[in-house]
Amino acid sequence: MEGFIHQIVSGIATGGIYASVALALVMIYQATHHVNFAQGEMATFSTYIALVLINLGLPYWVALVGAFAISFVVGVLIERVLMRPVTNAPVLTSVGVFIGLLLIVNSMIGWIFDYTIKQFPSPFPDKSLMGGFVSGHELGSTGVTLAVLILVYLFFRHTRLGLAMRAAAFNPTSSRLVGVRVGWMLALGWGLAAGIGAVAGCMVAPVVFLDPNMMAGILLYAFAGALLGGIDSPLGAVLGGFLVGIIENLGGAYIVGTELKLTMALIIIIAVLTLKPSGLMGRKVYSRV
Amino acid sequence: MSPLLEVKGLHAAYGETKVLHGLDFAVQQGGVTALLGANGAGKTSTLRAICGMVRTQGEISLSGKSIAGMATEDIVRLGVAHVPDGRGTFMELTVEENMRLGAYTRPAREATADFEKMFGYFPRLKERYRQQAGTLSGGEQQMLAITRALLLRPRLLLLDEPSFGLAPLIVREIFDIMGRVREEAGVSILLVEQNASLALEFAEDAFLLETGRIVISGKAADIGKDEGIRRSYLGY
Repeated sequence: MEGFIHQIVSGIATGGIYASVALALVMIYQATHHVNFAQGEMATFSTYIALVLINLGLPYWVALVGAFAISFVVGVLIERVLMRPVTNAPVLTSVGVFIGLLLIVNSMIGWIFDYTIKQFPSPFPDKSLMGGFVSGHELGSTGVTLAVLILVYLFFRHTRLGLAMRAAAFNPTSSRLVGVRVGWMLALGWGLAAGIGAVAGCMVAPVVFLDPNMMAGILLYAFAGALLGGIDSPLGAVLGGFLVGIIENLGGAYIVGTELKLTMALIIIIAVLTLKPSGLMGRKVYSRV
Repeated sequence: MSPLLEVKGLHAAYGETKVLHGLDFAVQQGGVTALLGANGAGKTSTLRAICGMVRTQGEISLSGKSIAGMATEDIVRLGVAHVPDGRGTFMELTVEENMRLGAYTRPAREATADFEKMFGYFPRLKERYRQQAGTLSGGEQQMLAITRALLLRPRLLLLDEPSFGLAPLIVREIFDIMGRVREEAGVSILLVEQNASLALEFAEDAFLLETGRIVISGKAADIGKDEGIRRSYLGY
C-alpha cells in the first residue's frame, strides 16, 4: 500500500511537468490549430540557458527567471520570423516548419553545449519528506509547476492582455475589429509557451539529467496528456498531464515495467484518438462536408 | 465641410474575383448614409474594403487622411467601428468580456463608465452580463455587437444588416436606439440594409449597388419617393 501511494505521489510530480508542457502545446494549438513538435526541444534549449546562467554564478531562482525571460523572447522571435510567413500556408507547410525547427534546435543544442549528459541542480533539499513518501525535489517541483499554472490562469482570466490573447485565438476577425493586434497576440502566446517550457525543463532536468534529447520522451507524454484532456482545453491539458503522470508511474510499477513506460503514452494517444477524440474536456467540432 | 469618409474609385477583389468596380461615395460628418442593394451586390464587401479586410484599389480617406492599405486594427484604432455581417460575437467569452474587448483600445477606467451608458441603451445586456455570449438570442447578440462597436467611441460606425434575422419589434428597438446614439454621441453611420424602407427612413443619403457598381445615389428621401426606383430596385 505504501509503495502504491508513493507511486501516485511521484506520478503527480512528473505529471506536473507533463501538465506544463501540455499547456504550452495547447496554447499554441488553440491559436493556430497546429501542434508545435519543437516545443520539447525549445524547453531543452531553455534548460541549457538556465544552466549557463547558474554556472555564471547567478542564484538559482534568478537563473530560472532569466531563462524564462530569454525563452520568452526567443519564442516571440520564432513566431515573428519563422511562423509568420507560413500563417496562411497549408497544414503540411506548418508541420514541415515545426519538424525543421525541432531538428535545428536539437542539433544546435548538441553543437553549442555538446552531447554529454550533464547534471542539473535542484533548488530543493535532497531528503525524504512525509515519512519517505515524497522527495524534497518532487514536492518542490510540483509546487513550482502549480504556481506557474495558477499564474498563467490568472493572467488569462484577469488581465486585459490575457483577454485579448484568448479573443485572438477564438475569433481573430472580430478581434481585429476591436483593435487587437492579432499577430502580436500569437507571438506573445509563443513566448509564454516557451517560458512555461523553460520552467518545466528546469524542474525535470534534476531527475532525468540534462542532454539534448531530454524532452523527447516528455513531449510524447505531454502530447498524450493534452489529447487526454482535450487538445483545445487548457484546463483539460493540465488535468490530462497530471493523469498521464500517474498512469505512467502506476503502469510502470505494476503492469508493463519501467522499460515499456513510454509505450503507455502511445497507448493513451491511440486510445483517446479512437475512443474519444475530443478528450475529457475538449469541444466536439462538427463540420459539414 | 469635408466629409468624414470619402471613397473614390474603390475596387476590391477576393483572389481573382473582382467584386467592386470603382465606387465613389461619402459619409458626411454626423450623417447617416444607407447602402442598399440585392444579395451579392457588394454591400458587405464595401464595408470590408473600408476596414482593410479585403484587397482594394482606390482612395479611401477618413477626415482627409488616407486609410487605404492600412491594417484592419490600425483603421479601427482611428475610430472606425464595424458591426460585421454575422455579428462577430466572441461566443466562448462572457458578455462582460465581449464588452471589455470592445473597449480594448481605451483606458479601462473610462470604459467602465461607458458600460453604464450601454446598459441604458440595452438593459438586457446588464441582465446577461455574466452569461456566455454564445447563449444569447440573435437580437441580444446584435445588441452586444453594436455595444462592442460603440465602446470603441467610434467616429464612423459601419453597420452590416443590423435587422438580419430579427423579429420586427426588435429591429424597431435597435433602430430607435441607433437614432439616440447618433444624437448623443454624434457618430456618423454607414448602414447596409436589405430592408430598404427602414434604411431610407433612417438615413439622409443613400446609394444603391448593383453587381459592384453604384447605379443610383442621392438624398434618401428623394430615392424613397421615386416610384420608379422603388419598384424596380427596392421592391416595395
